Amino acid sequence: MTDRLTVADFPLAETAPQRIRGARGKPLDELTLDAVAQGDVTIEDLRITADALRAQGQIARAAGRTTLAQNFDRGAELVAVPQDLIMATYEMLRPGRAPNRQALLDQAAMFRRDHGAEEIARFLETAADHYHRRGLVTE
Amino acid sequence: MTEPAQPNRWRRYSDWDGRPLRLDQFAREDPANGFAAFKSPADPKPGLTLAAGRVASMDGTLAHDFDMIDAFIAEYHLDPAIAAEAMAMDSALLARMLVDMHVPRTDLVRLAHGMTPAKLVDVVSRLNALEIAFAYSKMRPRKTPGNQAHVTNAKDDPLQLAADAAVAVGMGFDEIETTMRVARTAWSNALACLVGSSVGDWGTLFQCSSEEAEELRIGMAGFTSYAETVSVYGTERSFTDGDDTPWSKAFLVAAYASRGIKARCTSGGGAELLMGYHEAKSLLYLEARCLCLQRGMGVQGTQNGGIDGAPITASIAGGMREIMAENLLAVWLDLECASGNDARATESEIRVGAKILPYLLAGSDLICSGFGSILKYDNSFNPSLFNGEEMEDFLVLQRDFEADGGLTPMPESTALDLRARAVDAISAVLEELDLARPTAEMKASVIAASGSRETDTISTGETARISEAIQARGIDVIDVIRALQKRGFAHEAGNLLNMVKLRVSGDYLQTASIIRGGRILSAVNDPNDYAGPGTGYRLTEERRDQICDIRDQIGQPEVLNRQSRHRKAEARRIAYTSSGEAAQGRDKHEVVIGISPAYGLQLFQTTAELNLSDVLAALIRGVKAGGGKPRVLRMHHTADTSFIGLTAAELSGSGYGIGIQAKGTAVIHARGRMPHNNLELFSNAPITTLDHYESMGRNAALWAHGTPPEPVIVPTDGQALGARFHTEVALIHAIETSLTEPGRAPQEVQVSFADTGGEP
Repeated sequence: MTDRLTVADFPLAETAPQRIRGARGKPLDELTLDAVAQGDVTIEDLRITADALRAQGQIARAAGRTTLAQNFDRGAELVAVPQDLIMATYEMLRPGRAPNRQALLDQAAMFRRDHGAEEIARFLETAADHYHRRGLVTE
Repeated sequence: MTEPAQPNRWRRYSDWDGRPLRLDQFAREDPANGFAAFKSPADPKPGLTLAAGRVASMDGTLAHDFDMIDAFIAEYHLDPAIAAEAMAMDSALLARMLVDMHVPRTDLVRLAHGMTPAKLVDVVSRLNALEIAFAYSKMRPRKTPGNQAHVTNAKDDPLQLAADAAVAVGMGFDEIETTMRVARTAWSNALACLVGSSVGDWGTLFQCSSEEAEELRIGMAGFTSYAETVSVYGTERSFTDGDDTPWSKAFLVAAYASRGIKARCTSGGGAELLMGYHEAKSLLYLEARCLCLQRGMGVQGTQNGGIDGAPITASIAGGMREIMAENLLAVWLDLECASGNDARATESEIRVGAKILPYLLAGSDLICSGFGSILKYDNSFNPSLFNGEEMEDFLVLQRDFEADGGLTPMPESTALDLRARAVDAISAVLEELDLARPTAEMKASVIAASGSRETDTISTGETARISEAIQARGIDVIDVIRALQKRGFAHEAGNLLNMVKLRVSGDYLQTASIIRGGRILSAVNDPNDYAGPGTGYRLTEERRDQICDIRDQIGQPEVLNRQSRHRKAEARRIAYTSSGEAAQGRDKHEVVIGISPAYGLQLFQTTAELNLSDVLAALIRGVKAGGGKPRVLRMHHTADTSFIGLTAAELSGSGYGIGIQAKGTAVIHARGRMPHNNLELFSNAPITTLDHYESMGRNAALWAHGTPPEPVIVPTDGQALGARFHTEVALIHAIETSLTEPGRAPQEVQVSFADTGGEP
């Protein structure tokens, strides 16, 4: 999905069903009751992909919703991130959990390095600055 | 010398003390303690300075003194490219633009990207309640209004959850939300509502409100499709007391997106007041902070408008207007708004109706968040503004105002069918997945029950074990679809599959998405384009018919039917024999009783359900008891009581007569009087008894003897007789008027009463 999408491309499942694929690459029209009965469909096939989220981000931008698009971009970076890491990072962002500013910066660096998550990394770095300024974490 | 009696109280105050309203508490305005709706001395003045493209100060606070909320708003909400223009605009002008149908919504949304919380407050606080409602109607993001239901019960019974979910879906709720009495039953509740929502038409978004990590896991298993438990607060201390920060909540919102789950935040006036950290700021200012924060987080929508704080907000002067104002801020900031109307903010049904009306008229993305589709005691979120008890009141309000509240009346047989199907479906799934074996008795008790106090079903402890098994065995939505399919619920299996397939494209993550007729409607493809009369959301003829088709409407066939059921019984009691044109009476003690054209011929009972034979017998008895001589005439030229009575008086030997219509309205009249200037009138037929009619007969006879009698009073308890009877009265009267023949003279009628050998 490299073309810039516009509001006319919404909803994607109707305008471009062939471009919509689940996490295992199955297109929508292969997700049938027969396929479910035969055990050919798993919950993975129903997971959203980073591509789909980025495409929704383009549509949101075209509709003038920049902040919503930024959230979809952050979400796209988290699609492949394991649930435990997501919950651990959420926990780290809660008040008094991160031992110091560096812990948050380290987490940011890890997201950038291991998950190619630039937006998430910058989000965590900004949080680290403000947490430090407000005394939620030490240096 | 005795003192005049000095009463200690006007007892009207005692009457007022007894009304439900007086159970509500009302707070004295006290900004220092946080009790101020729109403005407080501690609220900052609007202001913004930018330096090198960044926010240097906002609403009187320098950047380096920003708390977490200010910082987040400055970092993510404020668009420096728009801020200078927007902040320089006159607030009064912006207020007028909000209610100006010629200013497009999109222009105002763009400007909001550059406005600080104090600026937004300065604008909307200039609007009165009606203007806020109008602006809300223009500014809400999606054109088509919707609604959300709570589906819970006091036992966390999966059978009842499934049945109630199916009914909620059938009534048209776009979203259903459940939660638990016992935290351990979350997975079972999710499974039950999911299966229930698959009965009938598909396309209802579903949420199971529980602890954050668990809610996300339930969503990942494909059971749920949205979440709205991401609470935010308007002061830093409230936030940290809630064990979160703007960054932690924003991260959670991104996590929901990454799992393809629709998310909205929750905030509402009064939350900070309840948590004790209000900083002496007004409710609206704190809420403006919450909402700017939410736009900055990039969440698509908000559950906003008092919410759990609605009761305390409503206790403050202007509180209900404040709730409307915060909802307006939400939609001006382009957030989908699930507009509260959930917590029961008052014990007064009048305040409940007044609270909902602006939202029903203006429409809202989700009018309630949610509407208690179950009985009050079964609502595990606490009673909602509207509940199962009041469902039909809401449906009638839709019909009264031809306003779309998102719901559709449902025939009783449809509701019963949906409940039976849902209970069968969830039972089959529980059996197939080896989770439980509901008995036939359990199923029957749930299908018929109005609420959980009437059910004999799976125990809460057993439900907790079911829930733990679902989680431990990693059961997901694919397992549920397969179980339904295997047990013959192919329609439901297909519905569930359609629903979860929507997740793959992420389409319903866009602002204000709901599913109607298998298609996604959102602010992207169904944007609110209101620009004056004839634009924006309008009822189609088809939708209008749906809304208006409430149960038990009556028309002429129903009235004639009801009357004709008494035809044969009346024929056994009384015979009316016409004996030609009526002559002028000569007996000076005569009282003529004039009956209406349909009396006893097409119509047989009064609106008080008295047999017309008994009524006529009572009048005759009364006339005789008063020493008068009764004579019965049937009028054909008129169906009007006054004219019937006057004509009877004119033909009466005494000059006094009685006129009576089939519906029971009766009058005593005298010769020579103006038609509507009668001597006595029974206008409230539905509460008029045979004793009253007998007394009227006696009084007419006393008039004939020249003795003005003590008038008969039919006491009323203040019932809304018009609401109870006027439809039927008008239909009955139309039957009478259709039988009138203007030129036909009154006819002499001999009446004989079969049961009494001819005596009345």
